[in-house]
Amino acid sequence: MELFTGLSFSVLCIQILVGLSKATILFIVASGLTLILGVLRIPNLAHGSLYMIGAFTTYSIATAFSQSSLGFWIALLLAPLIVALIGLIMEQGLFRFLYNRDHLMMLLFTFSFTLVFGDLVKLLWGSDYRSLAVPEIFQGSYSLLGMPFPRYNLFLLLLGPVFAAGLWFLTNRTILGKISRAAAVDREMVGAVGINVNRIYAAVFVLGCYLAGVGGALVAPTQNISQGMDHSIIIEIFLIVIIGGLGNVWGALLGAVIFGLTDAIGILVAPQFGIIFPYLAVITVLIFRPKGLLKSIW
Amino acid sequence: MISGVFGKKSLPLVVLFLVGLIFLPYAAPRFYIYLASVILVTGLLATSLNLVLGYGGLYQFHHAVFYGIGAYTTALMLTKTSLPTWVAFASAPVAAAFFGLLIGLICARLSSLHFGMLQISLGSLIWAIVYRWYDFTGGDDGIHGIPVPEAMSATTSSYYFILAITTLCLLLMFIIIKSPFGRILQALRDNPERCEAIGVNITRHRIIAMVIAALFAGAAGSLFVILEGSVFPELLSWTLSLEILIMCLLGGWFTFFGPMLGACLIISMRTFAGNYTEYWTLILGLMMMLTIFFLPKGVFGFINQLFSSKAPDLPLEESSHVAD
Repeated sequence: MELFTGLSFSVLCIQILVGLSKATILFIVASGLTLILGVLRIPNLAHGSLYMIGAFTTYSIATAFSQSSLGFWIALLLAPLIVALIGLIMEQGLFRFLYNRDHLMMLLFTFSFTLVFGDLVKLLWGSDYRSLAVPEIFQGSYSLLGMPFPRYNLFLLLLGPVFAAGLWFLTNRTILGKISRAAAVDREMVGAVGINVNRIYAAVFVLGCYLAGVGGALVAPTQNISQGMDHSIIIEIFLIVIIGGLGNVWGALLGAVIFGLTDAIGILVAPQFGIIFPYLAVITVLIFRPKGLLKSIW
Repeated sequence: MISGVFGKKSLPLVVLFLVGLIFLPYAAPRFYIYLASVILVTGLLATSLNLVLGYGGLYQFHHAVFYGIGAYTTALMLTKTSLPTWVAFASAPVAAAFFGLLIGLICARLSSLHFGMLQISLGSLIWAIVYRWYDFTGGDDGIHGIPVPEAMSATTSSYYFILAITTLCLLLMFIIIKSPFGRILQALRDNPERCEAIGVNITRHRIIAMVIAALFAGAAGSLFVILEGSVFPELLSWTLSLEILIMCLLGGWFTFFGPMLGACLIISMRTFAGNYTEYWTLILGLMMMLTIFFLPKGVFGFINQLFSSKAPDLPLEESSHVAD
């Protein structure tokens, strides 16, 4: 079945699935950003750097355990925790003192973190790019509609809903989630009823950083791990968060799917200008719904 | 008129500084003349950003787009058309101002962070088009070897040209800030609700401010072409936008010459630190953190505070600029 010249139905289907699996990683990273933005009101530019650190740490841990077949899984477990620890130090050591500053100051403060982290990564890992093999059980690909579909992408596709459900449970069914949603709306009131808001803020920030680390760990086997991956993802996840509605986790999911799909289909329709389609989609959304598709927490 | 504009205290200093800059080529080696040109161009860009950021209170997060558009307009006019050179340079600010109007019309109805975010996405779209449209803009290679007239491209003559245009632009911006329009802009920053109540059209003023800022950024972009003779997509990148935000912050964004000072500090430090270490951005990042912690109003703001001199351009209340 030919839709356009050279574009068959099965190619389109595979491309949509690949787009969705890319959307999974975008969603995981963007949900961390949107949590921090919604509750703490920090436009955290360092989120992309934490994602990059997650990817590099995953590489290091996985190569350290390369003789065992579990290397990648150990890395997937440990790397996000290391990133979360960095987040804890950032929040408790510095950000805590700046909550009353305006957004612009916070934006520039987090930007100075991206500068520092970028150079630290260069210092620790050198400026060459690294690549990591896909874990053994996910090597190879399935045949779908006569086209190959990588097994690792299927794993990512299944992981997306798991994380979405987990975040839903966390924000709607746990005490931490309920308090942090309340703190997002009215911080002073939450403090007035005797809850330690600083601790809630720290918990949310650490959780957000953890999600950035998970995203970095998951992306490590699919692409070159390089300097500059922080810059390319930060703009994408910022756009995802803004079209979803600031602070809304479901919005991040919706935004990530829109971004992933337009990116994947754009490459099919116009290979040279594929990069433009997600931006066009974002602008179309923002012109009609300037505050995002779903309700912003703000 | 000018003495009325600049005030008694700062005018002698500014004139002295300008005279120093005019005689710089007689005293300094070629490299320093080039460095001074870079500082002037970037400082002009940062000052134009500060017009909307510090004085207008708008979150202009992607100002470099207008700089890039100005540079690309000049470059494309010089390489692809046979129009006179002055047309190529004059059209840069016009094209940038047109895009400023376009982006302003889309963004201006939003406030604070939403404004900045929409601007980032529009700017990224323009960046992506420039980055990929190989046939027209040269894609990620950019355009090199732009035929800038010989009389302008030599180090000393380009320095004087840049100095003249920058001085003119700064003077114009200063007059705009001190004009009734500039005063309304600052009032909008401090209290938009009250301004609206007394009949100021907020959206229209913000759009006009963005167009003016884009115009000067475009002028800075065309000066960049004279200086380097090439253009590349990094001129429209978000990283550059953030760098000039840092310059405004470092120098002090409620002062007129703050961004110029910030550009001077950052560019000269980058040049000299670059000789000793490849980890310059690490130093810049740490420096920024210290600035935000200890000098939130920037170097000039700090000096103003130190001498407790009257600083007429500061916002009325600390928090009002912040309010959503």
